[in-house]
Amino acid sequence: MKDRILEVRGLDVDYGLGPDAVRAVRDVDLTLHRGEVLGLAGESGSGKSTLAYGMTRLLPPPGVVAGGEVIYHLDDGTTVDLLRMRDADLRRLRWAEIAIVFQGAINSLNPVQRISAQLMDVLKAHSAGSTPQSRQDRARELLSLVGIASDRLHSYPHQLSGGMRQRVMIAMALALEPRVVIMDEPTTALDVVVQRQILRTLVGLRERLGFSVVFITHDLSLLAEFSDRIAIMYAGQVVEEAVSADLYRTPLHPYSDGLLRSFPALKGPRRELSGIPGSPPDLRMMPSGCAFHPRCPRALDVCDEQVPVLGQSRDNRSVACWLHPVAVS
Amino acid sequence: MSYLLKRLAFYLLTAWAAVTINFFVPRMIPGDPVQALITKQRGQMTSEAVRSLYVLFGLDKNESLASQYFSYLGQLLRGDLGMSFTFFPSPVSDVISDGLPWTVGLVGITTVIGFLLGTAAGAVVGWRRGTWADSLIPVTTFVSSIPYFWLGLVAIAVLTGPGSFFPASGAYEIGLVPNWDWQFIGSTVQHGLLPGFTILVSSVSGWILSMRNMMVTVSSDDYVTVAHAKGLPERRVMLAYAARNALLPNVSGFALALGFIVGGTLLVEIVFSYPGLGLQLFQAVGAKDYPLLQGIFLVITLSVLLANLLADVAYLALDPRTRREA
Repeated sequence: MKDRILEVRGLDVDYGLGPDAVRAVRDVDLTLHRGEVLGLAGESGSGKSTLAYGMTRLLPPPGVVAGGEVIYHLDDGTTVDLLRMRDADLRRLRWAEIAIVFQGAINSLNPVQRISAQLMDVLKAHSAGSTPQSRQDRARELLSLVGIASDRLHSYPHQLSGGMRQRVMIAMALALEPRVVIMDEPTTALDVVVQRQILRTLVGLRERLGFSVVFITHDLSLLAEFSDRIAIMYAGQVVEEAVSADLYRTPLHPYSDGLLRSFPALKGPRRELSGIPGSPPDLRMMPSGCAFHPRCPRALDVCDEQVPVLGQSRDNRSVACWLHPVAVS
Repeated sequence: MSYLLKRLAFYLLTAWAAVTINFFVPRMIPGDPVQALITKQRGQMTSEAVRSLYVLFGLDKNESLASQYFSYLGQLLRGDLGMSFTFFPSPVSDVISDGLPWTVGLVGITTVIGFLLGTAAGAVVGWRRGTWADSLIPVTTFVSSIPYFWLGLVAIAVLTGPGSFFPASGAYEIGLVPNWDWQFIGSTVQHGLLPGFTILVSSVSGWILSMRNMMVTVSSDDYVTVAHAKGLPERRVMLAYAARNALLPNVSGFALALGFIVGGTLLVEIVFSYPGLGLQLFQAVGAKDYPLLQGIFLVITLSVLLANLLADVAYLALDPRTRREA
């Protein structure tokens, strides 16, 4: 077993406070290992991004982390809980250990500052001893890392194309050589050709620099190609987690199967594209039993009565579904 | 650069249009200023004097409207705005240059202070959204809804009177000769405190509200979240990322406010009998002093245009997206 680097345990995230609160992430457990790419997939509104923001304490109000812990393993073997760290300590850890590439590259860059300033301020904030010259050299180096000519260093964000801006964001994420990079739909706003280019850049960089990735997307076929393990989220819960090849070949949860049938496969056997009928549940009025049963083509009687829990099924895979009951240990 | 030149050409065109309208509108009003002046002198004028007045006002009938217009433009370029009736025989340009420094000094300084204070306070209040700072909002909304001249009247009623530090009217002690000595400056400051304070109180809350609301909007933008995620110091996130972007709409509001310095605080000057342009405008309206009215309107128009030009320049400096680089 590889070393663990980031563990999410029993994370609950609410929007709002008190009785009106809506639980957007419910009791999520996830483990990211060193050097691994963990894919997080699900429809819009399934809680993927809320999970990512919640575990890094970046959730804008009215989002509130209601419970759980997020354990980060430092290099010296000690662990810290991100949710209970002091603000100053967390600030030091941010970006240096865990960097994030956000969904909209268009809006992720400050429109009134040159990208050089935005690349260099993070270097300055985290390494007090650096000189302006060394920071500028590093910024140039970072841009060339993601394939941008260094004469664009002093451009403003609006002077760059969408793909270039996302490359800048990736370069920025790697500025402090973090151990973990969380990518929240980093290619969603881009066209398919640019998507492929950026993914290729990412794969190459990951092999060279060896950081771990949490990759959030709704495009499961993309994940199958790019990630080591995949966790599928539905209505704020992880419903299936598996090695990506297993999940891609034999999805156990009907929702995973439905997701796979929603995107054309890039490789492997052809599948019929059928999509998933219906829409995700209203989080204020969750269905009884399994949250997916109203849309599930293979629902059993038990599905609307009891909530299936995520656990090891008989074939040693992790799934929350009554079709694959948890093995009694 | 070409963008700025285009704007400059636009403003020149607008200024010309304003000047032209300024010329034609009084000439479409029935009656003429000489008749008004004759009435003012109760008809005790020789016909010689009347004829020379017509020439003096540029109203001698032998000239066509077009040639009047061009000689008007020529006079304007030389800074000649004609004669004032109320302050006859002072030329309008002298009257205006007497009043303008007082208005610009009082209202200009308070507008700038109000903008700076309000914007800074609004940035902090918006950044600390959801804390005690929010309780400032109803207070500022209430204060900004108070008419400033009413506030001035209350201030005069409560704070001035025999033996009070605050004088109720004027811009300096009667009997002092305006010059740059400490006694005069001290007296000016003393007289400016109350009117300045009333303008400040009513204007600062507007800046707080608009800046606070922009801060709240900008704070949820992605680049601010990114700045947090980067682990930047809180001050830098607030100033360089949030406030820097939230400032942009306030800057154009500020430029507009600068344009209204000259004409916008008429009532404060009336309430405090402050000898600025607003009080002169008030007197000119009462006395049907067309040349002075025309002159003051011209100054107001030009200052609005100048303020807009300043806003454009400020925007070019602050927002790189407006720069059209080749």
